[in-house]
Amino acid sequence: MASIRKLEKHQARTAYLFITPTVLLFTVFTVIPVVMALYLSFTNYDVLSRNDWIGFDNYRRLIEDSLLWKTFRNVFLYSIIFVPLNILISLLLGILLSRSWRGVKLFRTLNYLPTLTSAVAAATVWIWLLHPEFGLVNGLLSYVGITGPAWLSETRTAMLSIIMLTLWQSVGSNMIIYLAGLQGVPDYLYESARLDGANKLDCFRYITWPQLRPTTFLVSTMAIIGALQLFDQAFVLTQGGPANMTKTPVYLIYQQGFNQLQMGYASAQAFVLAVAILIFSLINMRITKAEESIV
Amino acid sequence: MDTSGSSLFKRSLSKSIYYIVCIVIAIVMFLPFYWSVLTSLKPDEEIFAMPIRWFPSHLTLEHYRKAFTTAPFALFFWNSLVLAVAGVLANLFFGSISGYAFAKLNFKLNKPIFRVLLAAMMIPGIVTMIPTVYVMRHIPFFGGNDIFGSGGNGLMNSFWGIILPGASGTFAVFFMRQFFLTLPSDMMEMARIEGCGEFKIFWRIYLPLTKPALATLSIFTFQAGWNSFLWPMIVLNDPDKATIQMGLQAFSYNFQTDYGPMMAGALVAILPILVLFLALQRYFVQGIAFSGIKG
Repeated sequence: MASIRKLEKHQARTAYLFITPTVLLFTVFTVIPVVMALYLSFTNYDVLSRNDWIGFDNYRRLIEDSLLWKTFRNVFLYSIIFVPLNILISLLLGILLSRSWRGVKLFRTLNYLPTLTSAVAAATVWIWLLHPEFGLVNGLLSYVGITGPAWLSETRTAMLSIIMLTLWQSVGSNMIIYLAGLQGVPDYLYESARLDGANKLDCFRYITWPQLRPTTFLVSTMAIIGALQLFDQAFVLTQGGPANMTKTPVYLIYQQGFNQLQMGYASAQAFVLAVAILIFSLINMRITKAEESIV
Repeated sequence: MDTSGSSLFKRSLSKSIYYIVCIVIAIVMFLPFYWSVLTSLKPDEEIFAMPIRWFPSHLTLEHYRKAFTTAPFALFFWNSLVLAVAGVLANLFFGSISGYAFAKLNFKLNKPIFRVLLAAMMIPGIVTMIPTVYVMRHIPFFGGNDIFGSGGNGLMNSFWGIILPGASGTFAVFFMRQFFLTLPSDMMEMARIEGCGEFKIFWRIYLPLTKPALATLSIFTFQAGWNSFLWPMIVLNDPDKATIQMGLQAFSYNFQTDYGPMMAGALVAILPILVLFLALQRYFVQGIAFSGIKG
């Protein structure tokens, strides 16, 4: 008995040794910052000189900050269009390419390639694709007699451009997730449904869609969290313009915190954004009704 | 007879429609790549030509030469490579050693600590961004800091400021833990009876069995490190330390009409991931499918 306990003790000591680096890094770069985030949002910390407690001043200030609410409006507008389209397109691609016909693998690969590109490189390419005179998009439109807009500098189309770019970059990997999800749908469900005279649409509505609920939950949650934190593409493609139409909260926090060094105020903004992300994730959880726990 | 003939016709018709749809989608997804490669190799006067010149009169590497001489893209490339490889090595080691501990070793705080790690994945990155900068600036003994963490820049403006916060990513720990769980425990018991040390059991017996998981994790971490933009931009101020994403962004901002070199730069920034993908495709897909199934 005694020796077994000794062995267990030795095992536990080894285990703690093994996880020490991870726990240490986690403490320094996650736990402390999370606690500090709340603290900083009540200060006027500016890196250089000041770090005083100013109570709720930052929060009072951000209520009146019309630019902040504009960025929130922008990113909500973006999410409302981007997230459903993202799910719809990747689900359709997943269903389309779930057959094991010849050449399907190649199509999967081609649809997946855009997800490999970095946001900066992709946005750089799209600046040129969307060039008003010599870009590919307007060039193709001119074949059918349409004069395309100046995508990136018109207020109506700037956000649309970012939506197109981010969809192009993200549907491929969600397609793979849906493909994996579709593999998990048991065949006998379809077989028995067909015996009962269900058509393809019924099969989708009553079998595929409900069975894919956990997958949809995962995809939509990740899409919402990512969409509300949009930055890279807006920074490179449109620089937040025209007239702040594509400026996002993260963009504003970045400018406020690192260009103007108002880190206390930027922390308060970040906190508000985090709360918004939490609320939307919860709403999404309600909608997709994922009964199973995530972990 | 007639019915079977028409159903055969119907089937081949629907198969043709299927392939046409797939091909059209694949072309749309692939066109931006073709367009940027084309632009980077076209002579200047054909870049600005309408209607679109789908096939250039001759190919030139002039734009690549110009990109590499006006901006130190080779240096940026090297910096990104160092950072991405360091990130991969750190995550492979720390992720697997603590993943092993969480999966295979008994200790009291196993479940609680692991749950906290997972729960922290839900915290949006923007919240911890500013306080992490504060923490890094005040890390003792680094970058000219004294024991109280003041006097110098800490980890700011150094590669460590990028490597350390991501050195033991929770995704890596989680991913490796799930893989170790699938391996049998009796090898461990055997080795213990033989008098093998705990680290040796991990390093010599279990780690070699996880090669496919390590390959998948490497690719994931490399892609994330190579493509990351906002955090390196915050940490690194020195132009000599800029990553390729930062360099590309600055280049496309400063040379807004030089589309040839811009596309050349973007392709250079995409190339390593693309090569890695084409060589190790199945590991990519396994990784995404994993995150989908476990989700």
